[in-house]
Parts: sequence; structure tokens; C-alpha cells
Amino acid sequence: MSLATAADGAAPQQNWLDKIGAGHVILAVALLVYPLVASDFFLTQIAGYSMIFGVLSLSLMLLAGYGGMLSLAQITVAGIAAYAVAILGSNNSNVLGFGWPWWIVVPFAVAAAAVSSALIGWISVRTEGIYTLMITLAIATATFYFAQQNYAIFNGHSGYAGIHAPVFWGVNWRDPKPFYYLCLGLAMLSYAAVLYGSRSTFGMTLQAIRDNPRRMRALGYHVTAHKVFAWFLAGVLAGLAGVLLVWFNGRVSPGTIGVDVAIDILIIAVIGGLRHPIGPFVGAIVVILMQTFAIDIVGAERFNTLIGLVFLVIVFVSPDGILGLWGRIKPHLAQESLRAGP
Amino acid sequence: MHRRTLLALALFTGLTAPSMALAADDTIKIGLLATFEGPFTVLGEDGERGAMTAVAETNGTVAGKKIEIVKGSSDASPDSAVRAARKLVEQDGVKVLVGPLSGDEGLAVKDYAKTKPDVTFINGTSAAQDTTLRNPAENFFRFSTDGAQWMAGLGTYAFNDKGYKKVATVAEDYSFPYTQVFGFMAEFCKAGGHVPSKSWVPIGNKDFSSVIAAIPEDVDAIYVALGGADAVNFLTQYQQAGGTAPLIGGSITVDQTVLTSKGKLRDVLKGTPSAGPTADTNDAPAWKSFVAAYAKQPGAFPSPSLFAHGYYVNMKATLLALDQVGGDVSDGGKKLREALSKLSFDTPTGKVSLDKNRNAIADIFLTEVTEGSDGNLLNKLVKVVPQVNQTLGIPEDEFMKLGAVNRDNPSCP
Repeated sequence: MSLATAADGAAPQQNWLDKIGAGHVILAVALLVYPLVASDFFLTQIAGYSMIFGVLSLSLMLLAGYGGMLSLAQITVAGIAAYAVAILGSNNSNVLGFGWPWWIVVPFAVAAAAVSSALIGWISVRTEGIYTLMITLAIATATFYFAQQNYAIFNGHSGYAGIHAPVFWGVNWRDPKPFYYLCLGLAMLSYAAVLYGSRSTFGMTLQAIRDNPRRMRALGYHVTAHKVFAWFLAGVLAGLAGVLLVWFNGRVSPGTIGVDVAIDILIIAVIGGLRHPIGPFVGAIVVILMQTFAIDIVGAERFNTLIGLVFLVIVFVSPDGILGLWGRIKPHLAQESLRAGP
Repeated sequence: MHRRTLLALALFTGLTAPSMALAADDTIKIGLLATFEGPFTVLGEDGERGAMTAVAETNGTVAGKKIEIVKGSSDASPDSAVRAARKLVEQDGVKVLVGPLSGDEGLAVKDYAKTKPDVTFINGTSAAQDTTLRNPAENFFRFSTDGAQWMAGLGTYAFNDKGYKKVATVAEDYSFPYTQVFGFMAEFCKAGGHVPSKSWVPIGNKDFSSVIAAIPEDVDAIYVALGGADAVNFLTQYQQAGGTAPLIGGSITVDQTVLTSKGKLRDVLKGTPSAGPTADTNDAPAWKSFVAAYAKQPGAFPSPSLFAHGYYVNMKATLLALDQVGGDVSDGGKKLREALSKLSFDTPTGKVSLDKNRNAIADIFLTEVTEGSDGNLLNKLVKVVPQVNQTLGIPEDEFMKLGAVNRDNPSCP
């Protein structure tokens, strides 16, 4: 009896550490102490921005990696949340701006994004592969032009400016350190949620649907409903990222949700790798660093060429992105450690 | 687990690369923000040539210190302009920033300037009226004039000398073309003209057929305020559609960035009246020596575009003021800003000084497109409108009553 209790007491503890994984713990600690060493610029413009785009790409990874649905509309969903924040909250563009407090605006914005995402999903889940890509691209393009030419709701090309992140508990959440932790919190939460979700019954079903939809349908699963729900969940992630994005920029305009940005999201996810939820974050860091510093390396005229070349090389060397690259190096490293061993 | 740790460490060190904000004592860092991506790339590159002409004039030094130019790129969207400005200020540590290029970018950078009172912002060529007229930032200076000022003299000239009574407008859909249309219509409507239709097209539009179809048939002329690739696309398609109405040009529509394009477009553009801060056939010695200095820049146009001119004037003002304060910006740029606001100097296009909103008062040139002796299209100088201020000579309170420029203001159908 007493033996059993002891074993019971010990076992869960081991499971807990095993479950989370030492790598995760180290990474989390490193990210938590990162503000001690980084400059404000690296805190928000690089790390914060990367994490926002990481979460956005994560919502694509959820759809593409687990559900087999390639979407170009994630930035559109984020844009819906961002515009909702601008319209329901306050801005200084003298157009709309209902001035609601942030704790009503944010849930509203995220809900609007999630519902729109489910709608986009509902329209596109009947298609597959390249056709899903085309439908979502059409939605992204249409939304961009609609926002650019609609003055009553979207304020046209100028969009909305003067949107402030909330100030509560005596903290201005757009200050570098609080904003970094806000982004980090959201990134960790989304990452954990997607990781947990992928092993849940729903996640397993979704992956089974991805691999063989006809069989799943024959087994009695409602394939469309599962897929649409995945879109809804991806919409929640993209919506949250959209809220952070509008606080980050302090503004939102059609340029924020342009087709080039939609493709950036896809590039980030592919560069990082779609096999594991960490991939989008790795991809985001690489892409944001490239976009920010390429101009210093090759000058103003050619820096887009350099960005393109680096992407080409990554995808050429490893079709699975940086994660795949890691998978290839790993066996070599393992053998190295065997040789170096005592 | 060992490998994961390595990965985490690698990520961590990558993210903590130290910021290189510390400049050596004998150099002055100046940020240069222009559009090196998107539909305005050609314009941004010529802006850079202008700025570098000013730097070359002082042999790359000011007050005994070496000038270091740090470039930032936007794609003409306000978000990207602010992101580039943030990188220049917060990462590269510039205390003086010259830029940006286009209207909405200027409005966004002005808003950003308010959050960085220690940094001095000097405009590039962005020419939206409200960058300086309404709600200005204390540390944002504009030695180039705004889009409405650039139109000084054109509306009256089109009505009186050209005899156009009814004019339709086609312009891009953002703050700078609003300002240009405002400047043109302010005079044209006052002279008795009518504008029955205004078409606003998005930046980067490729297909203008619906816009061309919507232009009323009975207009005497079409006023076009489009920039770069958009102007070339519209003018080509208008000609292909058999359009014959004469044109009136916005400042950047008949700029060197458009005039140097090849093809039949040339015939359409000949004789187009316009107005702006420069005129190619200006024979003032100061302008001629500026053209000669500009021509030394790699890839230069036959004659500097107004972007080269605007960036040149603003960079020149920056260098003059820096020279006055001995290159000292250690007080958060306070002395520099004082020097800038009092600055008045002779540019290649006449005297420039600032008003109380830190916006330029300068000469404006009325021009007409002609073919030069070497076959290049040029803007021939017709008339100089001296010392135009931001309220176009109208008393300020009266001018403010006209309201903020937008798609519907002004109107005289």
C-alpha cells in the first residue's frame, strides 16, 4: 500500500518534466531573461515582431501541417482583428472610433477574426491543394482592395493611426519590456495550445482527416465540421496576433494586410518548417532578421535579391525548412558525440 | 536534449546581438529614408541621388566630422516607413533623419516623430498638406514645399492662358494627390473653372480602362496627378483608348521619372502645362551648377527629378544647420532644431525659409513639357511664382476655413 503511494507520488513528477521536455524549459528561461541583455529595438522590433508573425504563421501551420489546408488568408484574418481594434477602440484619424475600453474591444476583435476565419474555412474546405490556395488568395486580395477603397469603414489608403496599447495595472503595455512579455506570453500560450491540441482527440482526428478524408467520412466523422473548427481555432490565433500587430504599429492600413504580407506569412511557415509548431517561430526570426538587416549588408538597391536568394537556398537544401535541416544535421551530431565519448 | 540546448543557446545569442548605437566621436550619422521597394522605387533612387549630391558638395564632412549615411527603405506604405524610421533611430542610433518620400509616409513619420523628441526629422519629398499644417510635430521640418504649393499659378494659367473651362481630374487615392488637386482647384475654381468629375485610383493600379471610360467626353482637358509607373500606365492606356483631350500635369506626373520613359507617350506629353518646385530649363546659374553636380551621381537622369531636388534641399538644410552647431547633437538636438527653424538659404531654385509650422516658403515654377535639342523631354520654364507660402497667399484663418484636404474638398462641379 505504502509502496504504491510512493510510486504514485514519484511517477507524476517524472512525467511532468518528461512531458514538457528539458529543451522547452531552457528555451522558456532564455526567453524570459532575454530582456536583461537585449536593447529596446531587439526587444520589440525584432523579438516582439517575430513572435507576432510567429503566431500568425503558427495559425497557418495548424491548418497546413495538421489539416493539410494551405491558406493565404491568415493576414486577412489578423487584419480583421486589427481593424476591429481601430474601429471599436479609439484612433486619431477622425473616422469612426467608438472608444470602447480594451477589455471589450479585444475579445470582440478576436471573436470577429475567429468567426471570419471559420467563414473563410467554410467557403474553402471543399477544395484541396492549389485550389484552396487560390480561393484564400482571392479572399486576401479582395479584402485588401476593399479596405483600400472603402472610406466609410476602412478610411482608405491612409487607414487608421494613433491606436494605443492599453495602460492598466500602472503599466503601459506598449513600452518595450511589457510589450515583449505580452508577445512572449501569447507566443508561449499559442505554442503550448497547438502542441497540446495536436495530441488531443480533435487534433488526431484532424490529422487522420488530412491523411485520408474518405476513410474518415466512411467511419462516420463529419469531415467538413472538423475542418471548419480547425479554421476557427486558427482564426483565434491569427486574431490575437492581429491585436498585437495593431498595438505594435500603432496603426493599421491596407498595406498591413497586402498580398505581399500574405505571401510573407507563407514563406515564414515554409522556411521554418511545417512539421512542428516551433517551425513558424524559427522561420519568423530568420525572415524578420533578414528583412531588417539585409539593407545594411548589400545596400539599398539589391537587398530584396539577397532575401530571395537566402530563401531559395534554404528551401533548396531542405524542402522541409530549417526544421528539416535540423533533422538532417542531428544524426551527424549524434555520431560526433559517440566518437567524442569516453 | 544536448542538441536542443545547443539550439536554444544558438537562438538566444542570435537574438541578443548588441545594438550598434555607439557612433565614433568624429562621425555624424544621418538616416536617409526613401522608397527602395514598390511602385515608387525609381523615385526613391533619384531622391537618394539628390541627397548624396548635397553630401558630395561638402566632401562628406560637416563641421570637421565625417558624415555617415545610413539608409532605410520603405515601400510607400505608412507602416513600412515607420518601421524603417524605427530601425534607423532605435537600432542604428541616428539623431538626424532625412525622409520619407511620399505623402502618407510623411504623416506617419510625423506621428512617430512626436514620440522621439530627441531626434530631429527633416522631410524628404513627402508633400501632404497636413504633415505640417495641422497638428505638426515640433521636431519635424520641411524645407521642400507641399503639394498644394507646388501647384501655385497652374489653375489660373490653365483657365486664362490655355482657355480650359471644364477639367476632369485623375489622381492617386492618398493624401499627396489630394493636396495637389486641392492646390490646382483652389485657383482654377476661383478663376471660374469647373471640375465635373474626380477619379481616384489606388497606388500601383495597372488597369485604367474603367477610369478612362468614366471621364466625361465634353471636358476641355484632364488634370492628371499620378506618379512613377502609375503615370506611365495611365498615359499609355489613355492614348491607346484613343483619348485626345489635352493634359494638365501634377508635379510628379511630368517629372523626369516619367518623361524619361520610352514610347509613344512622348507625343501625348508634349505641351502639357504643369507646376512644381523645379523647372528643367531654368537657366539660373545656381540651378545649372546643381544639375552638373547631380549628373555625377550614378544612374542620374538627364535632369534631376523633383525627388532629387527635394532630398537635396532637405539634406542641404540639414548639413547647413549641423555646420552651424558644430555637428553637436549631444543636447538631444535642441540647438540643431533652433538653427534649423531660423535657417534661410539659397537653393538651386531660389531662397527657402520656414514658417512657424516649420514648412518651407519657396519659389514655384510654372512649366510646359517640350522636346530639348538632344531629343529628351524637358519641363520648359514658363513663369516663376515667387515665395509661395503654405496658405497660398491666402490669410491663414481664411485658409483654414477651406477645411482639410480630402477626396471631396474642394469641389466645383
